[in-house]
Amino acid sequence: MIRTPLRPLARILDAREKGENPDAIERENLRIRHEQIRDSSRVRAEGRLLVLGLTFFCAFAVIGARMGTLAASEPREPRSYATGASIINSRADITDRHGRVLATNMSTHSLYAHPHQMIEPERAAQELVRIFPDLDQERLVKDFTGGKRKFLWVKKKISPEQMQQVHDIGEPGLLFGPREMRLYPNGALMAHVLGGTSFGREGVHAAEVVGTAGIEKFLDDELRDPAREGAPVQLSLDLTVQSVTEEVLDVGMKLMNAKGAASVLMDVRTGEVIAIASLPDFDPNKRPRPLTEGDASDSPLFNRAVQGVYELGSTFKIFAAAQALDLGLFNASTIIDTRPPFKVGGHKIGEFENHNYGEISVEEIIVKSSNRGTGKMALAIGPARQKEFLKGLGFFDPTPLEIVEAKGGQPLLPKRWTDLSAVTISYGHGLSASPLHLAAGYAAIANGGVYVKPTLLKTSGAQNGARIMSERSAAAARTMLRKVVTEGTASFGEVPGYFVGGKTGTADKPKERGGGYYKDKTITTFASLFPAHDPRYVLIVTLDEPSENSGKKPRRTAGWTAVPVAAEMIGRVAPLLGLRPDVARMQVERVYQTSN
Amino acid sequence: MTEMVYGSVPVRDGEPVFPKWWRTVDKWTLSCILMLFGVGILLGLAASPPLAERNNFAPFHYVQRQALFGGMAMLAMILTSMMSPTVVRRLAVLGFLGAFVALALLPFLGTDFGKGAVRWYSLGFASVQPSEFLKPTFVIVAAWLMAAAQDLGGPPGRLYSFALMVAIVLMLALQPDFGQASLVLFGWGVMWFVGGAPMLLLIGLAGLVVLAGSFAYNNSEHFARRIDGFLSPDVDPTTQLGYATDAIREGGFFGVGVGEGQVKWSLPDAHTDFIIAVAAEEYGLVLVLAIIALYATIVVRSMIRLMRERDPFIRLAGTGLACMFGVQAMINMGVAVRLLPAKGMTLPFVSYGGSSLIAGGIAVGMLLAFTRTRPQGEIGDILRGRLR
Repeated sequence: MIRTPLRPLARILDAREKGENPDAIERENLRIRHEQIRDSSRVRAEGRLLVLGLTFFCAFAVIGARMGTLAASEPREPRSYATGASIINSRADITDRHGRVLATNMSTHSLYAHPHQMIEPERAAQELVRIFPDLDQERLVKDFTGGKRKFLWVKKKISPEQMQQVHDIGEPGLLFGPREMRLYPNGALMAHVLGGTSFGREGVHAAEVVGTAGIEKFLDDELRDPAREGAPVQLSLDLTVQSVTEEVLDVGMKLMNAKGAASVLMDVRTGEVIAIASLPDFDPNKRPRPLTEGDASDSPLFNRAVQGVYELGSTFKIFAAAQALDLGLFNASTIIDTRPPFKVGGHKIGEFENHNYGEISVEEIIVKSSNRGTGKMALAIGPARQKEFLKGLGFFDPTPLEIVEAKGGQPLLPKRWTDLSAVTISYGHGLSASPLHLAAGYAAIANGGVYVKPTLLKTSGAQNGARIMSERSAAAARTMLRKVVTEGTASFGEVPGYFVGGKTGTADKPKERGGGYYKDKTITTFASLFPAHDPRYVLIVTLDEPSENSGKKPRRTAGWTAVPVAAEMIGRVAPLLGLRPDVARMQVERVYQTSN
Repeated sequence: MTEMVYGSVPVRDGEPVFPKWWRTVDKWTLSCILMLFGVGILLGLAASPPLAERNNFAPFHYVQRQALFGGMAMLAMILTSMMSPTVVRRLAVLGFLGAFVALALLPFLGTDFGKGAVRWYSLGFASVQPSEFLKPTFVIVAAWLMAAAQDLGGPPGRLYSFALMVAIVLMLALQPDFGQASLVLFGWGVMWFVGGAPMLLLIGLAGLVVLAGSFAYNNSEHFARRIDGFLSPDVDPTTQLGYATDAIREGGFFGVGVGEGQVKWSLPDAHTDFIIAVAAEEYGLVLVLAIIALYATIVVRSMIRLMRERDPFIRLAGTGLACMFGVQAMINMGVAVRLLPAKGMTLPFVSYGGSSLIAGGIAVGMLLAFTRTRPQGEIGDILRGRLR
């Protein structure tokens, strides 16, 4: 670039010679330079302004065109896509094994308020409190007139009558939203299985119903699956049988002054649970809050049949006997010395009320419930094989029942399985399991030696589970169980025509803080199967801290408490299950017994 | 002659002011503005009764106020347009200083009218938004600085005006008032462009904006959601935008009829940000296209007149004023038809608003003053043989 000076030396010198002011030359040059800059910038600006103008014109044209297309299109109704529209609020029904409804949905309404649309907020609050006495009037007035809130829930669920009454207030700021509500028409029946529901995601126009406990939570995804198209979930439970079971258990619990009770009735071949009850119970329509302090197992929400793990006492003895028979170590008439002393690992093993049964057969050990007898059998079996056997019967893991609480029923096992553990576990101490575990174990004996998984869903046909023992051993064990009822500790368990077999179990309750057992608190269990010659069902009845007070001193054994309750239950439930009292066999058995 | 000698007829040294004004002023732009103001009154009749009802005033309370303020605005516009560019510049610089101080004092003396952003001074009978007055006066000051920078040995005006712009944008963004801030930024950008910004730098800046945008889109969830919501074809019909769109559709080509529109009852901003929706519903596409044509005429005509302008200051100032005016209208209407993301901005001269109307009148008055016909050295061009 050639730089042209503003003060060209030649011209400056020339001007000086002529006596002119040389600054004028600079000014003149500057003016010319400015003129040039101005012209060039004007040319450039012309182009850029043209671009700008065209851009603006195009932009306005686009807006106009867009207006035109909008004006030409059809208007839509201003209908809200409320957030709730995407909430799926269909939930499948739950029925019992015969299709009777256990849980269903009902459409109701929720009540909410738009305080800014209210005309007479004070009167509205007053009228609302008249309809719903549990509302706080001062709070409502504050919410309605505070001016801060544009929206508030008044009631989540209201009945049609209440809805009409709210309509009658005539307040435009009170509005209704449709709601699906879960209804359990049978009240507290099967409360622990059904669990309960609550609202999940909530919008004005819909709310999600989600399971909070029990099978409602376990099968939540399945119940809410739109692909089901409303097909109900059918359970293995029988409404009638369940109803009778709960009634008898409730009466039994009160008669025996127990603080809690549980029962499980299970089909021995299919593993279907026909009735399962835990008392005290609750109404799933108004599910109580969980306890915030104290022992969770005292809450009515606690499922004693599934979550509660207890030392189930002598009911375990049949497992030791059955295994000993199965291994060929003994047979039913092998004589075992049950006299004291019998010491294992430095501990003396005693009997109930310090009995001494002398030298008796294996069968008599079960019938009389001898701790030392089963202990000796357990030593012969050995801890490793015993562990294997009990594991096969499902005593090591939580039961696979289809309710969320089942996971909480983890059995308590000894840390090291010593000889002493083997001996104490053979008579039901040192291993805590739930009544449902016990039912599954007894089902294996009842069905000929096959483990069946307990289930709450209706199934067809027997389960082909793992074989735990031979059919012969199972049959021999059943004969012993029958004898417990006819000759032994469970004599109250006889129900004419139904040939009940079973084993009692009375376990002292361990102290909560450790350090031994209570002298006057027991858990009594009667594990039974019927009919003993061809078992169809097992029934477990457990009472928590019972005491039968008709005698001189309170009786706390299973034979006096759990057994009569179970017998009453069987007597009433068996006909409902389609079992007939076998009169012909009753006579045969009587002849057999008298000739013996 | 006698009268002249004895002074009974005043002697004038040049052409009388009013005829000169009438001869030189851009009559097209002037009539467009007057028509826009008329449309504003007409739409105010339709759009403001619901607001008056909400605030317990007579139905046409806001129309009367609009007419009063509009009259004042027209007066201010004509007075301003009669001034010479130099006088305009001097007054605008003084006005700018005042508005700048007022803006700086807003956080201490201003009020937010419960809207969350402190933008106003309450004067009792009316409220004043300093940024409305700051916008046009800033354009003048920036144009003055930029034009001065073109002179040899002049001050670094572009740098100064850039610093001033950054300061104002920051202050506005802190209120927060991103709409006005972006307008100021845009006005300065346009002047910089016309004033001879290097092409390479412009392309680089455009690339940078694209980069920053995509970075923000990928990293800021809020930003991404705004953009996605804007790009998605479905609009929630319960929002203001949804109502506005429906109103335009409802109106069709010829509208549902005067006073028959429904949208004004649902939209809280029917008399300001969404007045175009009211226009579309009651008078149809015809009026909307007419309004668009008016704005386009004002902007494009001013540009064409400024193309012939020799004086760099007048050219830059005029460009800034015209573009700001046009862009504000464009953004307002673009939002209503969902071409632009939602941003509250009034439609100049049509929307209701006291101080904005007067500020708009002054701004357009300045624009008219700058676009007046004046000798552009045509004779010199001809003599130097640069005839076009």
